[in-house]
Amino acid sequence: MKINDTIVDKIANLSKLSFSGKEKEAIKSDMSKMLDFVGKLEEVNTDGIEPLIHMTKEVNVLRLDVSEPMVSQQEALKNAPKKDSTYFKIPKVLSK
Amino acid sequence: MKNYTSFKSIKEDIAKGEISCEALTHGYIQNIKNSKTNSFLEIFETTALEQAKLIDVKITNKTAGKLAGMVIGIKDNICYKGHKVSGASKILEGFESIYSATVVEKLLAEDAIIIGRLNCDEFAMGGSNENSAYGNVLNPLDNTKVPGGSSGGSAAAVKEGLCIAALGSDTGGSIRQPASFCGLVGYKPTYGRVSRYGLLAYASSFDQIGPLTHNVEDAALITEVIAGIDAYDSTSSSEEVENYSQKLDNLQGEKLKIAYLTDCFSSDGLDTEIKTKTLAVIEGLKEKGHTVEGVDFPLLDYVVPNYYILTTAEASSNLSRYDGARYGYRSPKAVDLESTYKFSRTEGFGIEVKRRIMIGTFVLSAGYYDAYYTKGLKVRNIIKTKTEEIFKNYDFIILPTTPTTAFDIDGIKDPIAMYLQDIFTVHANLAGIPAISLPLGHHSNGMPFGVQIMAKSFDDAQLLAFSNEMLKRD
Repeated sequence: MKINDTIVDKIANLSKLSFSGKEKEAIKSDMSKMLDFVGKLEEVNTDGIEPLIHMTKEVNVLRLDVSEPMVSQQEALKNAPKKDSTYFKIPKVLSK
Repeated sequence: MKNYTSFKSIKEDIAKGEISCEALTHGYIQNIKNSKTNSFLEIFETTALEQAKLIDVKITNKTAGKLAGMVIGIKDNICYKGHKVSGASKILEGFESIYSATVVEKLLAEDAIIIGRLNCDEFAMGGSNENSAYGNVLNPLDNTKVPGGSSGGSAAAVKEGLCIAALGSDTGGSIRQPASFCGLVGYKPTYGRVSRYGLLAYASSFDQIGPLTHNVEDAALITEVIAGIDAYDSTSSSEEVENYSQKLDNLQGEKLKIAYLTDCFSSDGLDTEIKTKTLAVIEGLKEKGHTVEGVDFPLLDYVVPNYYILTTAEASSNLSRYDGARYGYRSPKAVDLESTYKFSRTEGFGIEVKRRIMIGTFVLSAGYYDAYYTKGLKVRNIIKTKTEEIFKNYDFIILPTTPTTAFDIDGIKDPIAMYLQDIFTVHANLAGIPAISLPLGHHSNGMPFGVQIMAKSFDDAQLLAFSNEMLKRD
């Protein structure tokens, strides 16, 4: 399958990645090749076959609905690129 | 320090008073510092030595756990509280775990000494360890060759004597393939046998943690320690964990039924010498009285495409957590929400990771979902069912681990050629079954290669016992 600029831009946007110049040409070509490669599955007859969703036989793994301390606020903030004493700090989301 | 190749010999020396855990740990730290293979990303020097001293006291008091004296490295995608973990990615540079993986808790509870974190392909995506943001790992047997991947650092470190064992993770062969390239035992347990809690997720329905060791005994011992149900991983199995290390002689004298997949042996990419020598191993099994028969598996050509559709899809979802907001790298160019995501991810991820996120996002996107992703889930169902059918008639399946021996660094540039390296290993992950690579092959080019054995789900004990018999024969 041929990947054009429109598709690569759309998928990049969904992936929250950006590609430009040589990198964009490379990813277009790589994606085309990879999709041709995985497209080989079309040859397998899957009529009447259910998609395999669960890999284990475990069913309904439940626990009591009781809260317990897991991660403290301080721990949660430990690896933040930017923070103040109680909040993650991120660039402004809404402009005026 | 001696060059130990079994945990048993370390325990014997400790019992005889010839070495202490502290001296052993110092010895390994020195070995790591002298190493040129770039296997370790970090030595946990302070905590490892503290732990070693503590265990020496426990040994004196006869209260030590069953892994006392085991100095083990962990792949850099396994969390250890208070220590860095990066998935060999720039996007997690400087990140420090705020909790430990269940496997780490279990190792520590049995008094293992965790000596450091091991280089790997970025987020475990690769088969040569050339995708690490922190440089290639060199194969200790020949520094011009790759050690395999993605658990390349784990394999190289054990082979070079930088630790007695290592944990890796296996999504499509990432434990077994480097074990094959470095001449070690590499074991991927049944899916769900070992908790994935605290493993940086790549493809959650495939990922499984397992050991890389010099022998089956050590692999069995580590696996019985790390296996088991875990409230923090709802895919972990409630099946009882057997004492694998106590059952290694269980199949002695038993006549077994073993299948070999004929399609694997007629595969184009398979090195002729690996083929001949693996077939010779099969002949050897027949001579021992086992029944070994060829079984057709015409789905072989579809396993790698199937694997890449499903794992990239899962990866694109799992890796969406790296968003530059709460942890990890944030681009200095981030000025609003969109640019925080886009620049942080674009600058933070390496090219192979981006490639897989893009493919995964594509196969999950509207209009293509059914044609690729749903189709992939259906084919996986067929592969799993066909594999289970084989196990109705046979105890084990035998096949090569890798189509070639370790290749040159920079030797494979085409991504798809690299993906085809996984042709014999992804099958076990697609089917969720246990598989092991045994260092039975010696190629005339001087490099080792593995012979792979697969068993049915939760036949881990039998698989390890059979593997033990196979290695004894060598």
